[in-house]
Amino acid sequence: METIIREETLKTPFVKFDSDKGLVEIKGRSIPENSIEFYKPLIDWLDKYADQPNGRTSVNIKLEYFNTSSSKCILDIFRKLELIHKKGNEVEINWYYEEDDEDMFEAGEDYQSIINIPFKMIEMED
Amino acid sequence: MGFDLNNWYKEKKQGDLILEYAGSISSDVISDTLTEFEAKMNQSEDLRRVRKKVYNVLVECLQNLYHHVDEPPEDVEIDEKDRYGAVVLSRDGTFYRVSTGNYVKKEKISSIKDRIDQVNSLSDDEVKMLYREVLNNSEFSEKGGGGLGMLDIVRKTGNKLEYNFFQVDNDYIFFALDVYIS
Repeated sequence: METIIREETLKTPFVKFDSDKGLVEIKGRSIPENSIEFYKPLIDWLDKYADQPNGRTSVNIKLEYFNTSSSKCILDIFRKLELIHKKGNEVEINWYYEEDDEDMFEAGEDYQSIINIPFKMIEMED
Repeated sequence: MGFDLNNWYKEKKQGDLILEYAGSISSDVISDTLTEFEAKMNQSEDLRRVRKKVYNVLVECLQNLYHHVDEPPEDVEIDEKDRYGAVVLSRDGTFYRVSTGNYVKKEKISSIKDRIDQVNSLSDDEVKMLYREVLNNSEFSEKGGGGLGMLDIVRKTGNKLEYNFFQVDNDYIFFALDVYIS
């Protein structure tokens, strides 16, 4: 499968989806007006990846900001990962947040309350 | 006398003004406003925690305008009528205030009012629970937000939303929203 790499822009995050390495990374800010347009190809990629996933998938989510329009798309990404996990593949989710950012910590908890994969909450120091 | 847009805008700009914009709320305008915000706030001595909250609220407010405004009525004298909205960020003592204003058709009043009153009536825990419920259950809308915007603002600020509807004419209302962040 083709690796997806998107460089960070003012409103969209850095993205790297690499099937060979079993790596799913989203970093930076996700505040586009039209988040579906941005996330649809990523969700489609995960759909395909789910057919033949790596035995172990590492997911790193390191967001500085995200808008409510992105929040549902991010949930959709987690839902795809949950399916992969349900099929017996290992999926590790690392949710990063800055040490004083209680909102981003809580956002991780929101997803964790919906998705049946344990999250590793990782506090980043300055 | 009906609603006076200039007076409203002037009033909102009183105090310690950080940024203001009135006109067409395009995607580029949102980008420029956020960039301006960051340039100005990087010099502020506020905690990063507060800066981030203000940034988040600003994003939601601007995109709320972007997605939901109605075009102003024909006889209102405004240059940029397409997606017209106004936003003012100012500092007022210990807190920040984001004020937005936009024209909406009269029939939307009750749905806007109901939504805000509902969110305002909830405790912090209830806001959190409802946010999760909406996130988990509601369908994707073309606009993407699915009704999370107001909930998100209230949740992050911990403050109630203040709003006013000003009668413009028989068909239109000016919707003014104030969000406080401390």
